[in-house]
Amino acid sequence: MKNSVEIKNLDLQFGAVKVLQNLNLEIGKGEFLVLLGSSGCGKSTLLNCIAGLLDVSGGQIHINDRNVTWAEPSERGIGMVFQSYALYPQMTVEGNLSFGLKNAKLPKSEIETRIKHASEVLQIEPLLKRKPAALSGGQRQRVAIGRALVRDVDVFLFDEPLSNLDAKLRADLRVEIKRLHHKLQNTMIYVTHDQIEAMTLADRIAIMRGGQIMQLGSPDEIYGRPVNKYVADFIGSPSMNFLDGQVKNGAFQVGDLTIPLDGYDFADSSGSAEGPATIGIRPEHVVTGELVENTPFQIEVEINLIEPTGSDTLVDCEVAGHHFRVRMDGQSKVSVGEKLRLGLAPSKASLFDAKTELRL
Amino acid sequence: MASTRPNQLFRNKSAKIAAIPMIVTALFVFVGGTIWTVVYSFTKSGLLPRLKWVGLDQYERLWATRKWLVSIENLAIYGLCMLVLVFVIGFILAALIDQKIRFEDTIRTVILYPYALSFVVTGLVWQWILNPDFGVQNVVRGWGWESFTFDPLYNADIAIYGVLIAGLWQGSGLVMVLMLAGLRGIDQDVWKASRVDGIPAWKAYIFIIIPMMRPVFVTTLVIVVTGIVKIYDLIVAQTGGGPGIATEVPAKYVYDMMFQANNLGQGFAASTMMLVTVALIVIPWAILEFGGSKRHD
Ligand SMILES: Nc1ncnc2c1ncn2[C@@H]1O[C@H](COP(=O)(O)OP(=O)(O)O)[C@@H](O)[C@H]1O
Ligand SMILES: [Mg+2]
Repeated sequence: MKNSVEIKNLDLQFGAVKVLQNLNLEIGKGEFLVLLGSSGCGKSTLLNCIAGLLDVSGGQIHINDRNVTWAEPSERGIGMVFQSYALYPQMTVEGNLSFGLKNAKLPKSEIETRIKHASEVLQIEPLLKRKPAALSGGQRQRVAIGRALVRDVDVFLFDEPLSNLDAKLRADLRVEIKRLHHKLQNTMIYVTHDQIEAMTLADRIAIMRGGQIMQLGSPDEIYGRPVNKYVADFIGSPSMNFLDGQVKNGAFQVGDLTIPLDGYDFADSSGSAEGPATIGIRPEHVVTGELVENTPFQIEVEINLIEPTGSDTLVDCEVAGHHFRVRMDGQSKVSVGEKLRLGLAPSKASLFDAKTELRL
Repeated sequence: MASTRPNQLFRNKSAKIAAIPMIVTALFVFVGGTIWTVVYSFTKSGLLPRLKWVGLDQYERLWATRKWLVSIENLAIYGLCMLVLVFVIGFILAALIDQKIRFEDTIRTVILYPYALSFVVTGLVWQWILNPDFGVQNVVRGWGWESFTFDPLYNADIAIYGVLIAGLWQGSGLVMVLMLAGLRGIDQDVWKASRVDGIPAWKAYIFIIIPMMRPVFVTTLVIVVTGIVKIYDLIVAQTGGGPGIATEVPAKYVYDMMFQANNLGQGFAASTMMLVTVALIVIPWAILEFGGSKRHD
């Protein structure tokens, strides 16, 4: 697959503050890449560098095999959608869509065709004569997407486009963006701090922290094989359970428990490890009931707290002195103080070095 | 049963009581004073107001007086030039400062400083600067350009432009800070969107940013226009209406008639004309702006 966007050794600093350092990223043609990270980690900064809205301090940016490091945003072949919609409030929807095109001196018929196409795709035809103030949040964001669409470009940049919408609309528009990507098959770079958005939309996710990419991989990889403890903790809700202990003789020891590690896929090629470590177990990977009998490791715990969420029930308990959460089916009949048998499969767990926090 | 609706008149009682002094002042001083002035403009009042009716005599005399006609003409020239230039200069200064330049605070203070001065001080300062014997003309001649002439305040044809310079110097700073506040209120993402769309900065200002700043423009317009209509102290300090009657303005005409020529009736007629003019501008605008106010967001 040819690359659509290539970022090479990118540096960006505001005065003395280095926000991005030596960042490398390659995004394939037609790929949906999500930049995910907590607030302030430099996602928007990276996106603005790609768009050309910030001058980089070092490194290069290539879009469609062209070095655009110093090109104007409008010459990079990108369209961008902002969290605050950033529509031109005094123009109608049609004016918003056509202003850039008119300015680029496109023929009238061409402008009309593009607006017609974009408004059909986004279902905003009835809104064309309205001003942004007369639109709902979801409609405004559709218009903003339309403004990127009419530019007829290969790369779309989204900066938290759904963050200003309420939960229901967010879910609806998320599906619509996914559908749009299927239909257009163009490259999309999408910034968000919402892991559900990232997991559902992305072909690949780049987890960012402190201006660096911690892990770049498919949602499955990120979820199943997080490269370090930060990523493991960041992805998944409710978050992963961590138990601090030792890896010794192919087993994990925490307190007086010994969890066998047969079937665990060590990152090291020797297929083993020794020493202080942390084991991470996702609440949804712990089994209960009859299934427990088939798991290599079993334990009995006392239930401390129950959080029913409808579809699931979260059970809080204690394992070897550590707080531990288990996800059970929403229909499970359990109550506080009861004993519960848990079973877990080491193949689904993650081990991290206690010092470096890297995956073992 | 508390099902009956409370009398609207007695809701928010304390707020209404607190507003009474202001309402009374407004009614008696502004409305009362205005009506009184209009009524007495139809009388033959001299040193003291007297209810001796003369019909439209005062107005006929007013419009036959050259000093009044010159005043009106001056106000038109000064007002129009001031309005256009103060907005252009103020906005350009604000747009320049908005480019996140260094020493912004210093520059803003320097430019706003004249506004903190009284018009009397401004008038005197510019009287000196424009004085051929001490000011600009003298300095340039000192550099060796012996034939240089710049004495607007001593040339009846252009004296009003000398006043205009002083007015601009004083007023631009205020317009600039108001505009700067407006520019700072613009969502930065709109700028980014316009750059992605490839809109040049000047086009973005004219077609996107300025339309978004409409409320700021309206406020500034009201402040600037009221300043123009009531211009008086600048003239008194800078030119005293001279040379001859070259820089007379309506407000000064009113003052001169009432307190120097002992001709109250004539002064009232002139003030009434000023009121009518302002009303002719403000009322249609207010209807446009607030009449269909429900459609605004
Ligand atoms: N214009 C700026 N000047 C100085 N620092 C900035 C500027 N913009 C962003 N930053 C800093 O850069 C970091 C990354 O910001 P940003 O990319 O907006 O984060 P994110 O979008 O991931 O929440 C933050 O720590 C922020 O304080
Ligand atoms: Mg951001």
